[in-house]
Amino acid sequence: MDLSQAYSMMMTDLGATLFLLIVAVSGLVLVVFDAFKPRHVATPWIAGLALSAGFVIEMMSIGAPEGLAWYDMMRTGGSAAFVNSLVLGSGALSIILTVPYLKKIGHNIGEVYAMILFATVGMLVLGAANNLVTVFVGLETMSICLYILTGFVRSESGSTESALKYFLLGAFSTGFFLYGIALIYGATGSMEFGAIRIAAEQSAGVMFWGGVSLLLVGFLFKVSAAPFHMWTPDVYQGAPTTITGFMSTASKAAAFAALVVVLWKALPAERWADVLAVFAVITMVIGNVIALSQQNIKRMLAYSSIAHAGYVLVGLASGSQAGYSGALFYLMVYTIMNIGAFGVLALLEWDGKEGSEQTLESLAGVGYRKPFLGWTMAVFMFSLSGFPPLAGFLGKWAVFAPAIDADLVWLAIIGVLTSAVSAYYYLRVLVVFFMKPEGENSPMAEHSFDIPRSSAAVLIACVVLLVVFGVTTFALDVTSGFFAADTVTQFLG
Amino acid sequence: MLSDFIPFFIQLGIAVGLSFTLLKAAALIGPKRDNVIKMTSYESGMDPIGSARERYSVKFYLVAMIFIVFDVEIVFLYPWAVSFDEFIAAGAGPGVMAVVLFFVIILAIGLVYDIKKGGLEFD
Amino acid sequence: MEITLNWYLTLSALLFSMGVIGFLFRRNAIVMLMCVELMLNSVNLSLVALSQSMGDTAGQILVFFVMSVAAAEAAVGLALVIAIFRDKLTIDVTQINLFKY
Repeated sequence: MDLSQAYSMMMTDLGATLFLLIVAVSGLVLVVFDAFKPRHVATPWIAGLALSAGFVIEMMSIGAPEGLAWYDMMRTGGSAAFVNSLVLGSGALSIILTVPYLKKIGHNIGEVYAMILFATVGMLVLGAANNLVTVFVGLETMSICLYILTGFVRSESGSTESALKYFLLGAFSTGFFLYGIALIYGATGSMEFGAIRIAAEQSAGVMFWGGVSLLLVGFLFKVSAAPFHMWTPDVYQGAPTTITGFMSTASKAAAFAALVVVLWKALPAERWADVLAVFAVITMVIGNVIALSQQNIKRMLAYSSIAHAGYVLVGLASGSQAGYSGALFYLMVYTIMNIGAFGVLALLEWDGKEGSEQTLESLAGVGYRKPFLGWTMAVFMFSLSGFPPLAGFLGKWAVFAPAIDADLVWLAIIGVLTSAVSAYYYLRVLVVFFMKPEGENSPMAEHSFDIPRSSAAVLIACVVLLVVFGVTTFALDVTSGFFAADTVTQFLG
Repeated sequence: MLSDFIPFFIQLGIAVGLSFTLLKAAALIGPKRDNVIKMTSYESGMDPIGSARERYSVKFYLVAMIFIVFDVEIVFLYPWAVSFDEFIAAGAGPGVMAVVLFFVIILAIGLVYDIKKGGLEFD
Repeated sequence: MEITLNWYLTLSALLFSMGVIGFLFRRNAIVMLMCVELMLNSVNLSLVALSQSMGDTAGQILVFFVMSVAAAEAAVGLALVIAIFRDKLTIDVTQINLFKY
């Protein structure tokens, strides 16, 4: 390695990953700023502006060709830029929703914003990784920050409990993930995706496939696919609602993006497709069936998020370029829908009561009292269940169609059937919102609440995006350019 | 090769066996005259007060946690310190120094935050 | 008798299994945390041994990161355990079941 070029290369790479630097340094600044000026009104602004700046930078480099930075540790441009802007956008929207929510539940602490920024840094590293070391560092930065974010409402038993559960199971899965990396390293002698693929195509023994399976277990845990989903309902229910929105979208998008890149660049195709198909079926069935019987909306959305992980796995199981790009497109749509749905739920916790206790029935009649929340929720629910012309429909088409092309017709059929089941529990929310009369001692009669303008703007933006991505296909066209076959050979070259 | 160790194992066996034999023999053939004073925890000392399982202040855990985090970050400085001469020889010394300084500054920020939040105040 | 790579890998696998079994059967949150640390450190042993035998430093670089991640995890885990203990006066995970349905 030529050391004399180290400094100039570093400067070039810093330019290529400027978005990451902005977010990380802003996080550090926030830590110090909050220590000296606690609960200052500027804290969320710094965090939001940093994420928005990163978002703009990454949006502009989506069209750029794929490149490598930091001694081939990270990818830039192309799909990495797409995932990064997804994560940054989700973070920015979550921060806007979080500000009024934290004020309402009386935990307006500045560290939350610093932690969101650090978690975002982890997700950005994860989404842009080109090496198993980078994957590990990104995954852990993200996870550790999310453990803290889940449990920061210390006065609430549900919050700390779910954080401990998340932490223990997350750390456990990290062990498997790491052992998988070690075995793959032992079998191939490298941790760089391209080199792993070359070595594995020459000889792939028990050690290699053992490592791959452990790695998959780690990934499936992080994306909450069944049967590794046990933590998801508790954590999503116990965490502060807007934080749930953030981690159910951004962290899932980043982890799935890393999984896509690992499958695409590091593992010889066709060996794991059937395994992923089996996991996809289990995940879709378990998520959708258990969601039917949930009384708490946050818990119901947690199971729904498990089900959506199953839909994305259908795209991955097809193992084709269209499948991967469909999965990325689906992740984007899912992010918009879920941020919106959890945003509405956060506003509906009008008495500061944690969503962990709120049952669906207590929300009867919201649609009449607050028509804005009712109608935006209707859009999110219809989109989640996959009604055209909303983006949820196009997203499902984008992951199921490649599965049919890859002769996995049975998988696509199960996917369509389970999403038909899902319509029941999504639409039940709307039935309660609009058709049930308010109960005698409905909490809504006693508490009046306002909708902050910033939150309303986020919800409207989500609705507009869902309609736009539902009736146009340009976003799908953008994602389908990412996994062209010649890019693989370019990396292998 | 393994046979070189046979004397060692014999000695080990004698040492362990002898200590067990002596202990057991003392218990078997020694006189036993128990009385109240003899059975106290500290014969001819103070009587122990309270439970041995006192609760520690949570401050101990805080300091321990801070120690773990700052202690372990040193591992990142070792490789740099070992290879710094090569970087200087290649003319990249100042740049690499800046990177390491940035890393140390990050740690310092953590320390500043900790002091400001009172994590090190041991009242 | 020479200590070969396989010895290290076997020891590492044994330690890892001990960590997994301990995690699954113990109910004290701190002991579970220790089991996770055992798992991470057994992987470190594998990585160092593999790295040494292949003459490649990538494995040892990952070990540095694993060590710092393990430290961060220990800190966060202890903080969470303290928060739980103040609330419930127990760290038995079977008693931490607010969301049982």
